[in-house]
Amino acid sequence: MTKTIWTLVEIEYGQPARSSLEVLSKAAKLGRAEAIVLGAEAAKVAPLLGEYGAAKVYAHSDATYDNYLTLPAVDALSALLQANQPDLLLLPTTYDARDIAARLNARLNLGLITDATDLQYDGDTLKVTVPWGGENVVTATHPHGGLGIVLARPKAFSVEKVEGNTAEIETLNIPFQSASQCIKVLERIEEKSEGPALEEASVIVSGGRGLGKAENYKLVEELATVLGGAPGATRAIVDAGWLPYSHQIGQTGKTVKPTLYIACGISGAIQHLAGMKGSKYIVAINKDEHAPIFSAADFGVVGDALTILPQLTAEVKKRKAH
Amino acid sequence: MKMFVCVKQIPDPNTVVSKLDPNTKRLVRSGVSLVLDPGDETTISAAIKLRDTLGNSELTAVCMGPTSAQEAMRRALAMGVDRAILVTDPALGGSDALGTARVLSAVLKKEGAELIFCSTESTDGYTGMVPGAIAEFLGIAQLSFAREIKVEGQKAIAHRVTQAGYQVVETNLPAVVTIASGSFEAIYPTMKGIMGAKKKPFVQMTLADLGIDAAIVGEAGAREQVLAIGQAEARAAGQIIKDEGDSAQKIADFLERYQLL
Repeated sequence: MTKTIWTLVEIEYGQPARSSLEVLSKAAKLGRAEAIVLGAEAAKVAPLLGEYGAAKVYAHSDATYDNYLTLPAVDALSALLQANQPDLLLLPTTYDARDIAARLNARLNLGLITDATDLQYDGDTLKVTVPWGGENVVTATHPHGGLGIVLARPKAFSVEKVEGNTAEIETLNIPFQSASQCIKVLERIEEKSEGPALEEASVIVSGGRGLGKAENYKLVEELATVLGGAPGATRAIVDAGWLPYSHQIGQTGKTVKPTLYIACGISGAIQHLAGMKGSKYIVAINKDEHAPIFSAADFGVVGDALTILPQLTAEVKKRKAH
Repeated sequence: MKMFVCVKQIPDPNTVVSKLDPNTKRLVRSGVSLVLDPGDETTISAAIKLRDTLGNSELTAVCMGPTSAQEAMRRALAMGVDRAILVTDPALGGSDALGTARVLSAVLKKEGAELIFCSTESTDGYTGMVPGAIAEFLGIAQLSFAREIKVEGQKAIAHRVTQAGYQVVETNLPAVVTIASGSFEAIYPTMKGIMGAKKKPFVQMTLADLGIDAAIVGEAGAREQVLAIGQAEARAAGQIIKDEGDSAQKIADFLERYQLL
């Protein structure tokens, strides 16, 4: 039987978020895809979703969803899920979707599987692929059947258009509960960083604890600059306060898939590998020849990143000048 | 104010490659070095800082885990937490995020918690689904991914990390706050703190103490089932060289070969 898979589409700058379109595209491949879109610009975004495989879109245009976090969306989804009983709610791993999933899971006593890199139906059984601890891949399911939630890892699926598909749009008019308008957004602040954003960069130069101290991180930034790339970091040095969380690459933090990833003084903890293993070419520099990063590297140098980085920056500059 | 911080003991992420037991399908915890989750150290530090700013407040660490977790709790006490509550019960093994949240929220309700700190996610399971579920079970708000947190009267105000920067978000107390890793400078236990930790109140509870039915927690209540455990695909072996002073040239050659310059 055809499965009905729902996804919540988030809006960024008046457009459907890329992460939402990734899971919507996947949902359309698995069965009948239906999207829920909530927020001031929902009516504007809804008609765009047919193109990405949505058969139906539930849209509620109301700024309450933008001004108050999590709970208005949880209320709306909860009511819709109970009324329509889809087979699965497939969400991208974003800040907002994680908050919503956690509460929805508790409220409706659903099954929930996080960090999925793939999913399929084997007859009626949902099979979700979850990488675990670097060495293992787990196949998981919701044990009691019925509706469940899956959170997919960013970039696990590609955005694909379904030519000529248009979605039926149902305009929602759900009343809001005042008690749910309790997490108020007072202000939104954008922090611009120089150069390309980590998620968009085709080259990433990343640093870890092997750099020794915070001051040495500038060597990573300098190489990133000459390569036209973005600087990244491991959780260890973010935890140590060298850099803000926005630089963190890994299972916690950002998942990146650049063409070139240069890991400097990074041992290659599972948590980090999970966020960058999908890079096309990986170069690693580390003093410890047994560091796990070398098992992921296409080209590895057993040596001191502090010595090699400035030489490499100079070498790249020289070759680019020719 | 009655402040709480939820913590977890995990296999040391810096020395242990965590593994799943193919029979029990659970995390292997025996024979590995267990530590207080390093992410929780950031969260505890944030909570201590706020407690000291507010004054007239008490900070309690709450943990669900085996008796070995006492050690992690002692570290939390040595860092400056005032008291500790450990919920330990054989029926809790194999709990998923929802089961864990049921247990922790029962403790927090019983204790009349006003402000609850959690890490955004644990460093072993990474689901990040416990704090939101605690907030839902308690019927209170959650301020998530906070990199700054302050309390003004009956309001909590946080800087919440977003894709583009951050949001300033506000809610009334009681509330759950989740701290983004690396947002606060970690406090290291002093010798005085370590000695003093031994004298601080340490309470152990069982499921019966909390009046929780064993059928809705532990493996019995878990809503995720592992069907199979397989091996991850290995990447084709790359070329590894030892640095002999010309590594920069060799890396640049590699980059040129694949048109990466």
